[in-house]
Amino acid sequence: MREPMRLGVLCSGGKDSLFACYRAMQEEKVACLVTLFPENPESYMFHTPNLHLVPLQAEAAGLPLVSQKSRGVEDEELGDLSRALSVASDRHGIEGVVTGALMSVYQSSRIQQICSDLDLWCFNPLWYADPDIYMEQLFSEGFRVVVSGVFSAPFDASWLGRKLDRAALSELRGYVRDYRITLTGEGGEYETLVLDAPFFQKRIVIEDAKTTYQNYRGILDVKKAHLEER
Amino acid sequence: MILLIDPGFRADSLPRDEFVSPVARIAERSGLEWKYRHYAAMDDAIPTDMEGVIICGTALKDNGFLACPDSFDWLHRTEIPVLGICAGMQVLCLTFGGSVKKGCEIGMTDVYVTAPHFLLPGVSSFQAYELHSHSCEPPPGWEILAVSDRCIQAIRDPLHPRFGLMFHPEVRNDRVVEVFLELCRA
Repeated sequence: MREPMRLGVLCSGGKDSLFACYRAMQEEKVACLVTLFPENPESYMFHTPNLHLVPLQAEAAGLPLVSQKSRGVEDEELGDLSRALSVASDRHGIEGVVTGALMSVYQSSRIQQICSDLDLWCFNPLWYADPDIYMEQLFSEGFRVVVSGVFSAPFDASWLGRKLDRAALSELRGYVRDYRITLTGEGGEYETLVLDAPFFQKRIVIEDAKTTYQNYRGILDVKKAHLEER
Repeated sequence: MILLIDPGFRADSLPRDEFVSPVARIAERSGLEWKYRHYAAMDDAIPTDMEGVIICGTALKDNGFLACPDSFDWLHRTEIPVLGICAGMQVLCLTFGGSVKKGCEIGMTDVYVTAPHFLLPGVSSFQAYELHSHSCEPPPGWEILAVSDRCIQAIRDPLHPRFGLMFHPEVRNDRVVEVFLELCRA
């Protein structure tokens, strides 16, 4: 019997990367999370609201975190990611990388190239996943996910901090039909934050958060959060 | 019913999600049922009631199937349409007398049609998603349908309905898979 492969999961704190982590755990050994912290909010590859909560997610999951600061400049980001993965390889012996890429050829190709250069495996378990089935799986598998940013019509401010449940999913399906957004937010229409997952040992509780919203764009900026027993 | 062959390093592992499931969804959208089989679990012959076979791709570093050419002997004994995608094209080449060598492409690439065929888009060139560490020389007598700057991208057996694609049609070129499935049903 083959030993499980040791994998590092690229983690933005949102539903896709943490669901990919969950799927990887079912097949192989997740050795660490890897996160890039871009200083530039317009980062092409890696920026999402509330990246600063990824360390708390790593603690909740009982996983070590490899983090790397980045200036968030397009060409430099790939070098920064490569350095982070090299550190993960040295420190945690990872043999491969897992991403939550859904359909982004731009993002996926670049990560595949970095992994190839570093002689690492690369897995994208959500690649071209059926959006309806994937979103249903999030609920059925016990993920607790809130909306942490909206960036398109017709999202109003009430979505910020809203739990993604079946009622929210039903509304999103209406938006897909009427406004042609993607159900998963793959087009950047909304971002998410995972507060609990099946592999978390503790869950995240938001104590204090500030919302900013204007013209269909807004974020939930979590100021204070802590872990509590599940 | 379409048989989807997984050339991945283990049955039902992460490459299945990434390379087999997207093809399965295209089959479902086309109204066709499908059956999954890992390549190492194939018998001497393919299951009955199959209308076609698709040998899917796998991860860039996943090349264990190349060391197991006997696992694909069943290809010699089937007359139904076969489509090999990436790793699947490599399998077809090795099985029928072609060859495989190192040759990597990652990302969107221009593919130039050298011999127009109904399987491919009806244009002289198109963009396609590439993810391969090896390229192919086709078996003797097979026709080259398309190339990129780096390697051969599409081939066909002129005597049997067998096709190989180095690019991944399940990404942004679904229609190629749909046309193959129409051929299976015909």
